[in-house]
Amino acid sequence: MPEISIKAEAITHIFGFAVTNSILFSIITLCILAIIGIAYKKNATASNKSGFFYLFHLSLVQIYNLFYSVLQEKTNNFFALIGAFFIWILFQNWMGLLPGVGSLLIGVQEGKHILHVPLFRGNNADLNATLALAIISVVSIQVSGIAYLGFFGYIKKFVNFSNPINFVVGILEIVSEFSKILSFAFRLFGNIFAGEVLMTIIAFIVPWFIPATFPFLLLELFVGLIQALVFSLLTSVFINMATSKSH
Amino acid sequence: MTGEAAKLIATALAIGIGAIGPGIGIGMIGSKAAEALGRNPEAESAIRTAMILAIAFAEAVAIYALVVSLIIKFT
Repeated sequence: MPEISIKAEAITHIFGFAVTNSILFSIITLCILAIIGIAYKKNATASNKSGFFYLFHLSLVQIYNLFYSVLQEKTNNFFALIGAFFIWILFQNWMGLLPGVGSLLIGVQEGKHILHVPLFRGNNADLNATLALAIISVVSIQVSGIAYLGFFGYIKKFVNFSNPINFVVGILEIVSEFSKILSFAFRLFGNIFAGEVLMTIIAFIVPWFIPATFPFLLLELFVGLIQALVFSLLTSVFINMATSKSH
Repeated sequence: MTGEAAKLIATALAIGIGAIGPGIGIGMIGSKAAEALGRNPEAESAIRTAMILAIAFAEAVAIYALVVSLIIKFT
């Protein structure tokens, strides 16, 4: 049974920074996403468009309509951020299911002996990546709240001296903003990491000729989609709550 | 009882007990959503969005238990 590590392993060091296997994989995914984006942009202005363009465009329109049902007329201001969240998380989750991710090993010199660590690791199975996404999400919620209601209008939700009940509610609101970061980060990390552990363990508890991993692979495809949906939908719901006037 | 055995029991208990509450919660959310759908079939998309959000919140609790048990197991 392979060694399961809860944190991403360093592959090499560049100028003192540890290059982990998850960051290597996220750079590869970023390049693929960039190629898709450039091809989409090129097709959007061309006179005869390819089938790829229509496929991608259809899914983008579906995502837009989904967020329109939450954000209504504010959708155009936030779709760039929330759509990017959705597409980024979805691609990272699905790329992490490709064969070779987690199973290609590479030898790394550590002290005297050589450790064998996976060359690739799904980016969302690394807590640092999901924590970064969560911080971006929560900071953009605060910034959009300030942009829509003004600094004093927004801060009134947290610091309110009008009566004792509102003051206590304000403290609870401050705590809930911080717990949003934790819950965003752990939800995504937990789901994706648990999926990887599950598939690894299932592959080893049945004989090799039974493809028992396959149904779980389909489940993980579904979980990856749902988690991308949940992350971006929750961000849009929180943005909608932050930008509308409190009663 | 050795330390290793205590660790294994702790792992199983953490996820086993932690999954009870979210399981009940998700079941209730699903049943209520189906009920609402039966009463008002036109509101399917709104119900689906609210249901997925509520399930995500309930599921997060189970995921915390899972993360705790994974940390106990692998550290």
